[in-house]
Amino acid sequence: MIRLEGVRKSYGAVQALAGLDLHVPSGCIYGLLGPNGAGKTTALRILCTLLAPDAGRVWLDDIDVLAEPRLARRRLGYVAQDAALDKILSGREMLHLHGALYHLRRDAIRRRVVELAAQLDMDPWLDRPCGAYSGGMRRRLDLATGLLHRPPLLVLDEPTAGLDVESRYALWAVLRQLKADGTTILLSSHHLEEVNALADELAILDQGALIAAGPPSHLKAALGGERITLKLREFTSDGEASRALALLQQQAGVSQPVVNRAQGNAISFFARDAKLVEVLRQQLQDHGLPIFCLSQSQPSLDDVYLQATGRTLMDAELAMAATRDTKAEQKAAMR
Amino acid sequence: MTGLTANAPSAAPRPSEDSGAPAWGEVLQETLALTGRLFLQLQRRPTTLVAGVLQPLIWLVLFGALFQRAPEGLLPGGLSYGHFLSAGIIVFTAFSGALNAGLPVMFDREFGFLNRLLVAPLRSRYSIVLASVLYITSLSGVQSLAMMATVAAMGNGWPGGAGLVVVAMVLLLLVLAVTGLSLGLAFALPGHIELLAVIFVANLPLLFASTALAPLSFMPPWLAWLAALNPLSFAIEPIRAVYNGSPSWSTVVLEAPYGSVTMGVCLLVLAGLAGLLVLAIRPLLRRKLG
Repeated sequence: MIRLEGVRKSYGAVQALAGLDLHVPSGCIYGLLGPNGAGKTTALRILCTLLAPDAGRVWLDDIDVLAEPRLARRRLGYVAQDAALDKILSGREMLHLHGALYHLRRDAIRRRVVELAAQLDMDPWLDRPCGAYSGGMRRRLDLATGLLHRPPLLVLDEPTAGLDVESRYALWAVLRQLKADGTTILLSSHHLEEVNALADELAILDQGALIAAGPPSHLKAALGGERITLKLREFTSDGEASRALALLQQQAGVSQPVVNRAQGNAISFFARDAKLVEVLRQQLQDHGLPIFCLSQSQPSLDDVYLQATGRTLMDAELAMAATRDTKAEQKAAMR
Repeated sequence: MTGLTANAPSAAPRPSEDSGAPAWGEVLQETLALTGRLFLQLQRRPTTLVAGVLQPLIWLVLFGALFQRAPEGLLPGGLSYGHFLSAGIIVFTAFSGALNAGLPVMFDREFGFLNRLLVAPLRSRYSIVLASVLYITSLSGVQSLAMMATVAAMGNGWPGGAGLVVVAMVLLLLVLAVTGLSLGLAFALPGHIELLAVIFVANLPLLFASTALAPLSFMPPWLAWLAALNPLSFAIEPIRAVYNGSPSWSTVVLEAPYGSVTMGVCLLVLAGLAGLLVLAIRPLLRRKLG
């Protein structure tokens, strides 16, 4: 349904997308996962014709999005990260305005607004000014706006950002139902849990490039075996971490060992099976390397990210937060 | 988000819900919807309308009183100062209103609402600009009419039938030109603070460097030159002439340092300026909205 081929985009010296290739099949919920600043929003804005790429092609079914943006706009609903509402208008007036911008007939808009108000439980407050809405209300209205013209593709940028847990679960239920009705949903998120719970397929983005793609279960299974996190000390020195890493790299049955500096030089790796763990314990001891803690778990999406980038999603978030200029990004998003 | 039903909104496309209107019908539909939004905002927050009438009204009363005892011979044709000032204040009302045209667009840019509009399959994205022009023209029209009624109530006259047409034409051309400029600035400048600064800096100097408050003969030569080139003077003088009699297109309404200017020339200059500004901002609009 959606194809991005070699899409590049830079904001001055900052490269947001570095030749992104993406294929989103029809009828699924597709997650774009990555830390803030990974290029998710830029990719979605390009798909929604809000931004022109520096290079690359974008297809929505048989529509060349860059050549025929108006045709593409008719087929997609976009729910942006920050719900852009007119604070003076009521929710109903907002929906009527957008219905007219999608060239729906007046009676059709009226019917559709009634339908959406009931389905998204907006009736009690839909006639109040948008300026008085809570985050959850704003999200619901934003979603309703994106759905007014019954688009076959719904694009959501961080749809549950700032929502409480209950509202988040409720929105997930709506998205699942939309998928069941045949809508293709492309959503970006930096919540692992969200993508894991919703997405049939996902792409992991880092620094504007695709680092992994596929169904979550496949990506996790590809890591294989038990996921082990080992800490030699509470704060391990670089030297000890390197020695342990070298030891693990020589061990049969151990794969993809990496040192995670952001977590005090903890070492993450995959062990073929649980029995191997005891062997490793003994070997570390024999080489004079202590064990502060050792945890075992099944591979997670975070592990997929860790193995591809050498850092966890949380660490990537923190690193990005330190370097991001949100004011500059806001200015860049302005037309 | 409690209480959301599990029956999510159906996404099955229903083409029959489309208006099926021709291209011009779709442009009309989106322009009317966008204009309606601006009027709804005005209805709920009428401050803009009230302030737009109040400010020139204060000018009219205070300046009228300040120069009530202006020396004889200062004003052409032995006019009273109140009479002289009226045309300037009417033009100033329309000018100030139009100069603020870019503000709603700037706020839409800043708050991301413009992006939301641009995701919609608008038949023409110029409908966003057209809606602003329609709104500001109507608003300026109402404010100018209110000012003209006040001027009349103060005993400074009311233009007759043909005069009213001239006043309407002059104000429309001025509003179109200034609205074009303001919308251009709203898309070119980085934020509302910069836009407000430009409006603040441009507003009063343009008024003082025009024939709104004093005739050219009262000004030092350099200022007289400036005032004679100021587009506001080309709007003020035809209206002043209409208030003073029944001028024709060839009536000289301004004795400028570079020669005599007729009413017809004034209207041509205003029309040319409006056309020029619209042409000048087109590439910018195409870049920002395209």
